[in-house]
Amino acid sequence: MTENVLKVENVTMQFGGVLAVDNMNIEVNKGEIISLIGPNGAGKTTAFNVITGVYAPTNGAVYFNGKKIIENHPQGKMKKLYQGENNGKYSSVLAPTPDKITKLGIARTFQNIRLFKSQTAFENILIAKHLRRTSNLFTATFHLNGKEEAQMREEAEELLRILGLEDVRDELATSLPYGKQRRLEIARALATKPELLLLDEPAAGMNPQETDELTAFIARIRDEFGLTIFMIEHHMDLVMEISDRIYVLDFGKPIAAGTPDEIQNNPRVIEAYLGGSVDE
Amino acid sequence: MLRIPDLGRDFMEWFSKNLPYLLAGVSVGGQYALIAIGYTMVYGILRLINFAHGDIFMIAGLIMIYASASMPMYVSIPLVLIATVILGFLIERVAYKPLRSAPRMSVMISAIGVSYLLQNLALYITGGLAQQYPAIPWISDTIQVFGASTKRVTVITPVLTIVLVIILVALIKYTKIGMAMRAAAKDFETSQLMGIKINSVISMTFIIGSFLAAVGSLLFFTNYTGVTPTVGAMPGLKAFVAAVFGGIGSIPGAVIGAFIIGICENIIKGMGWTTFSDAFTFALLIIVLIAKPTGLFGEKATDKV
Amino acid sequence: MTKKKAAVINVALIAALLIALYIMEQILPPTAMVFTVLKKGAIYALVAVSMNLLNGFTGLFSLGQAGFMLLGAYTYGILTIPVEQREFVYQYFDGGIVKFTVPVVVALIAAGAVAAVFAYLIGLPVLRLKSDYLAIATLGFAEIIRAVFQWDKLGPLTNGSNLLRSYPTFQSVLYPFIVSGICIAIIVMLINSTYGRAFKAIRDDEVAAEAMGINLAHHKRMAFIISSFFAGVSGALLAMYQTTIQASMFKSAMTYEILLIVVIGGIGSVTGSCISSFLFIIFSEWILRFLDNDTYIGSFHVPLLRSGFRKVVFSVIIMVIVLFFRKGIMGTREFSVQGICNFFTGKSRKKKAVKGGDSND
Repeated sequence: MTENVLKVENVTMQFGGVLAVDNMNIEVNKGEIISLIGPNGAGKTTAFNVITGVYAPTNGAVYFNGKKIIENHPQGKMKKLYQGENNGKYSSVLAPTPDKITKLGIARTFQNIRLFKSQTAFENILIAKHLRRTSNLFTATFHLNGKEEAQMREEAEELLRILGLEDVRDELATSLPYGKQRRLEIARALATKPELLLLDEPAAGMNPQETDELTAFIARIRDEFGLTIFMIEHHMDLVMEISDRIYVLDFGKPIAAGTPDEIQNNPRVIEAYLGGSVDE
Repeated sequence: MLRIPDLGRDFMEWFSKNLPYLLAGVSVGGQYALIAIGYTMVYGILRLINFAHGDIFMIAGLIMIYASASMPMYVSIPLVLIATVILGFLIERVAYKPLRSAPRMSVMISAIGVSYLLQNLALYITGGLAQQYPAIPWISDTIQVFGASTKRVTVITPVLTIVLVIILVALIKYTKIGMAMRAAAKDFETSQLMGIKINSVISMTFIIGSFLAAVGSLLFFTNYTGVTPTVGAMPGLKAFVAAVFGGIGSIPGAVIGAFIIGICENIIKGMGWTTFSDAFTFALLIIVLIAKPTGLFGEKATDKV
Repeated sequence: MTKKKAAVINVALIAALLIALYIMEQILPPTAMVFTVLKKGAIYALVAVSMNLLNGFTGLFSLGQAGFMLLGAYTYGILTIPVEQREFVYQYFDGGIVKFTVPVVVALIAAGAVAAVFAYLIGLPVLRLKSDYLAIATLGFAEIIRAVFQWDKLGPLTNGSNLLRSYPTFQSVLYPFIVSGICIAIIVMLINSTYGRAFKAIRDDEVAAEAMGINLAHHKRMAFIISSFFAGVSGALLAMYQTTIQASMFKSAMTYEILLIVVIGGIGSVTGSCISSFLFIIFSEWILRFLDNDTYIGSFHVPLLRSGFRKVVFSVIIMVIVLFFRKGIMGTREFSVQGICNFFTGKSRKKKAVKGGDSND
């Protein structure tokens, strides 16, 4: 068995009668950049929300570094309603909240940027340092954790520097230009010291030049922080250029997987894109 | 075989002993229902807990006292209804409309501010003394029900409540403004885009809510006789609990919730636990919010990530 | 200006304030209105700041403050009424069941602790609720607590619906200032710590905060408990100020008043809450008093002025603030020595930070 960083196994997410994600299997190896593509409404963000603990899957399991972190099976009303596959394969329930997942080393960004709006760029990053604290309420309140606090601040400064945000350090997060907000969100995710970074449409709303910059940027942070990256993206230039492998989702079902070349020539993918909504 | 008639007799005994409380419960429940509709309709559209609604109810009581002191009943009763409706309308226009785009918390704070203002205004006008509510002829008369003597209002309230609710439901179902209300409750922004005059819909909601609160106050104070500046707060909160219990946004839900609360509360009083009759309502609220936040008939809302 | 220098100035200011208060006490008669205002203002400042920690900094809209103050007040009273007085205080309950007293400081801490324990228990179910539902549920709990404390069966402990009295109180205006000052200072330090940042993150965006590894349930509970602790302490202080305790004092109207103070001061500003507490008390108890008196100018009877008019005018002012000055006095800014210096030297402050927020207390 190869050791993968992330393994999504038979994950099905059903809302009422709607199968948002249907029996999805994904493996992400260490150091890879993997993209998840598909037409709008294909269930990509839902897949992210399952992996990060926002939703407990209706059925299936997720492994991180070989350890099972999420598992569920149809329960209650869903027992009758369930339309997915592999019913009965899973029996236990493991549904950690998103903060627990982040603590394990999986960080994410959001499709619609969600920065802490009343905080500056620096504070946004500093907040993400909170989960690696060793201080407790008492020592933190009475400022007995000076060393750790100083270290947090220093690391946050360093992230600002590495990501080229030091000039907007004290700007309110929401007053930053769009591209910088995206970048800050990535910086904030990096501040949690993840092994695996999930990017939800990092290039959304960017022009071709900004997208090019972002492409280089993603490759750079992968190398510099020793990350594994799993991202949802619509900009095909970006996806084809930096992905090691690509998964294609359509109507919640994974329809293809492979290297950029393989995907580009896959008739089912072409059909899904031309038949479905066109995003490019 | 002997146990069944025993149970039956036990029940009859319990029933006749508790009849006055049951009657009072049904009556109070009807009065709560009339107030609860105002809460549930406003919440359905604006997502606002109108904290001032209980105080509108109180002010309606005060208007009645001052009107009936100098005018005959057939003038003062319509006057109460009209004045209360105007008050509700003005409160919405002055205190809530300017905050339409503000965070929900600001509007709620404004509602609390209005409540504070109305209470202080009442305190000023009455000088802090409880005012004697006039006896309204016919409905204040004492009658006999199953051997228990009670005021006629006790019997009238549930009937009148149900009639008004049926009219209201029909209004919402079949008239144009009713349709607009339903649309606004479903999706505030989209209904605006669809050309619904949202401000007149909201005004209408407050007008209906205040009207029913005024009717409720006529019935409520006939039983309770004294009006003080804070008298509206408790029935107001209880009516709100009833609205939550029934599923906020649902009119039949609010009515059923109100009757359940009214009856339970009075049975608790009958058991000698008067101190806890208020606490019970809130305990019920908390249980409902935790076990089934959408209430009995509410629709489920989900957050999008 | 360095942080250290700012701290020194803040300490100096606080010392100067305390000395000024001391001197005032030596000069003015103890019944002077100014002392009433200062005492009550200091107590309200504490409860307003504690509410702001929850509503303004953590984004939890809670309306249970009066209930926690009640718990604090009763805890203080029950633990400090001298044993020989209990027979008279608990005259209907054979002198009550508590037969010991504890020192005042211990009782103050216990007042906070009891409120905190209740907050923990109440928080288990209600903190899962969202905005306005949380508000109404906490309001409901406060009402339940009030009903329970008036219950006859608990009389041996709470004296039922009768007054608690004869417990130790304070004379000097310095007392509430020092206690409130210490408590507010602790809250400010908390807000400036990494936990305070986590609270603010929750306020700004719960989903993002959770994705950044902040345990929502844990942090919300923490904020709720801490806020209630200080509400409990302020309840005890209020009991000392009033010299008697009765459950009917702590109605939801009290919570509304505190909420309005927080709003006037600026939701999310500690110094704003402090300033507005004093303004609130000054206006409601002092400056607007004349509105309550029948007034004649010559033989002309000034219309409207009679008992109760003050509160009407006062609530109109509040409504104007709520409607037209929604940010309150301070918005989310803080009053600080550094801020003033920067103001005068013309430096713009992009970044706000709470620094020695009790300097104006």
